[in-house]
Amino acid sequence: MMRLRINGAEAEVAVATIAELLAEQGIDPKARFLAVAVNGAVVRRTEWPMAALAAGDNVEIVRPFQGG
Amino acid sequence: MTDPLVIAGTSFSSRLIAGTARYPNQQVMLDALEASGTELVTASIRRISLEGYSGSLVELLGDRYKILPNTAGCVTARDAILTAELAREALETNWVKLELIGDRELLYPDVEQLVHAADELVRKGFTVLPYCNEDPVSCQKLVDVGCAAVMPLGSLIGSGMGIANPTAIELICKRSTVPVVLDAGIGTASDAAQAMELGCDAVMIDTAIAKSHDPVRMAAAMRAAVEGGRLARLAGRIPRQRFAEPSSPQLGLVGS
Repeated sequence: MMRLRINGAEAEVAVATIAELLAEQGIDPKARFLAVAVNGAVVRRTEWPMAALAAGDNVEIVRPFQGG
Repeated sequence: MTDPLVIAGTSFSSRLIAGTARYPNQQVMLDALEASGTELVTASIRRISLEGYSGSLVELLGDRYKILPNTAGCVTARDAILTAELAREALETNWVKLELIGDRELLYPDVEQLVHAADELVRKGFTVLPYCNEDPVSCQKLVDVGCAAVMPLGSLIGSGMGIANPTAIELICKRSTVPVVLDAGIGTASDAAQAMELGCDAVMIDTAIAKSHDPVRMAAAMRAAVEGGRLARLAGRIPRQRFAEPSSPQLGLVGS
């Protein structure tokens, strides 16, 4: 288990990559209209299966929402 | 397409850009967007709710509209740039409505950060449409760094106060070499028509439609107002004059 920050909240997860993290959070890694940043940098979806996460990483998982 | 709005080489027949926020429900939003005739709608970029990953706005909108992601809520250039990059990744679009706020209560742009962020995003290949304050100098700076349009505010976001400084908007329109989109503060149809009569190329409307008593009807009103204002602008109005000039001929009056 390792401690990460996901969307502003501390979390303990047992995953190694972004794709695994998404799946563990109930999100289909192949879903469209999603984007992920780790430590302030966007990680492209083609890299999600490979991108390794480390303890203390700050992860943002976002999607389009209502807006003006 | 007659009299299209052209932004960064893309043509639109509608000069009304619509927001997707603050509607009473999703169906009203969809019906209002349809009634408005818009072809370009804005969306924010927000964290997914980890409690339940529900269906997306984009899927709801379908292919009917081009989506313009915004960086609403960002107060630093760094956050705005990251949000734009996340938007590009999520929506596969280079277009971004850049919003960089300098005051959380007034939601006025932070011009210095805005120009810096716009510059960097243009270099990264984005098509940048910045929400900006209503002064010709700031607008020119944004044009100079390569923005595809400028979006000066009419009045405070969501305020419905209309166009507070029509002279400034008119000057911006006169000087600008890129399309001018009046963005923020429109309250009702006459404000939208006024924007077009002042020379704006388009208007951006969210709250005035979404929070009206009948959003679908207001959307239709806004559509008519934007079209009417544009036609009036193209038609060339009469000048204002400080004296009367009778419209009926002065000769052949009964009893003369």
